[in-house]
Amino acid sequence: MPERRKVLIVGSGPAGLTAAIYSARAQLEPLVIEGEPSSNSDQPGGQLMLTTEVENYPGFVEGIMGPELMAIMRAQAVRFGAELRTAKVSRLDLSASPFGAWVGDPEADEPTVLADALIIATGARSLMLGCPNEDRLLGYGVSTCATCDGFFFREQHIAVAGGGDSALEEALFLTRFASKVTVIHRRDALRASKIMQDRAFANPKIEFLWNSVITDVLGDTKVAGLTVEDTVTGASSELGVTGLFVAIGHEPNSALLKGQVELEDNGYVKTFDRSSRTNVDGVFACGDVQDHFYRQAVTSAGSGCMAAIDAEHWLEEHGQ
Amino acid sequence: MSEKIVTLSDATFDEHVKGSDIPVLVDFWAEWCGPCKMITPVLEEIAEEQAGKLTIGKLNIDDNLDVTRRFDVMSIPTLILFKDGEPQVRLIGAKPKGQLIEEISAYL
Repeated sequence: MPERRKVLIVGSGPAGLTAAIYSARAQLEPLVIEGEPSSNSDQPGGQLMLTTEVENYPGFVEGIMGPELMAIMRAQAVRFGAELRTAKVSRLDLSASPFGAWVGDPEADEPTVLADALIIATGARSLMLGCPNEDRLLGYGVSTCATCDGFFFREQHIAVAGGGDSALEEALFLTRFASKVTVIHRRDALRASKIMQDRAFANPKIEFLWNSVITDVLGDTKVAGLTVEDTVTGASSELGVTGLFVAIGHEPNSALLKGQVELEDNGYVKTFDRSSRTNVDGVFACGDVQDHFYRQAVTSAGSGCMAAIDAEHWLEEHGQ
Repeated sequence: MSEKIVTLSDATFDEHVKGSDIPVLVDFWAEWCGPCKMITPVLEEIAEEQAGKLTIGKLNIDDNLDVTRRFDVMSIPTLILFKDGEPQVRLIGAKPKGQLIEEISAYL
């Protein structure tokens, strides 16, 4: 028999955990299926588990480490009675409430959990470059986690791919170890916030390679260099680095939802009327799986709160 | 930390790993690594479940650079399974419990 819940929350970043805090305080006894460990940010705690200092989350004057912030949010959700399970949802059936969620074998006859209302907070994961030898050298000089692997590149010249806040945050963090960090960006201007740009431009260890895309990662058993193509002239050159940190953006973790919930062309979940409502009655979405614009811990938490309140109202209207 | 997990160091690595009759799964980790923290409870569970068949050892890379360099660890968490003192399987990055067990089961 499937386990029955009023509210099921899938995902445990700031959005999922805030939804859990609110729905637990509303006595809805939520179950959070928080995900499973990985190193690509599709994991319990979400993207903040791979970051260092979070300086812009209100309430922490001196900043707080990403993993520590998530541990606090998790403890707060548990304190109010939310139940968290370290597992991954393998299939969803959103045809009608109660909605089915499978953990483990997606072919099993019955879902693991049936929930009256469902909150999707599955977040987004880092995009990889997709060039030929990137995957083979992942862990041997190619990394998606500067905080994990920066340590191994003391006094070395390394590269960061990307031009947004995450790329610059990684580049700045990596200057603690590396002798030189080259930021490779495909355009001639950065997407990153002004404060991060100022910090990066002022750092003597950081230099920029504009209008450039990485076409391959070189090296036998570990990274020995990159092939870089100039997007303006088309010229190809080699850059002798021993490490590559990839921070070129994110894609939503929405594969489970395809064909069941209306998605934007870019795969993000569509929400309606400035609420967390999706096109499926009783299914709500919050956090980065439905936001490719703000993508902040605090906006994510805020939208998790909205989803919990929307779900609570919906349950009341439907007499549950 | 589970009593079943052994803390390894540069000084004790060979004694524990080379001298072991059963396979040893070594977790290369550091305090500042989020994904490392994430897999700690998973490793504790495995240590309990596989007691007698598998030893799990943790090696803090900050304090033990010799062993870290000897096995060319360049990313953490890295898990290396040793049998008869020789590395057999290398797993890079945090992985779900099911996948970890699947990858090492042939050696248990």
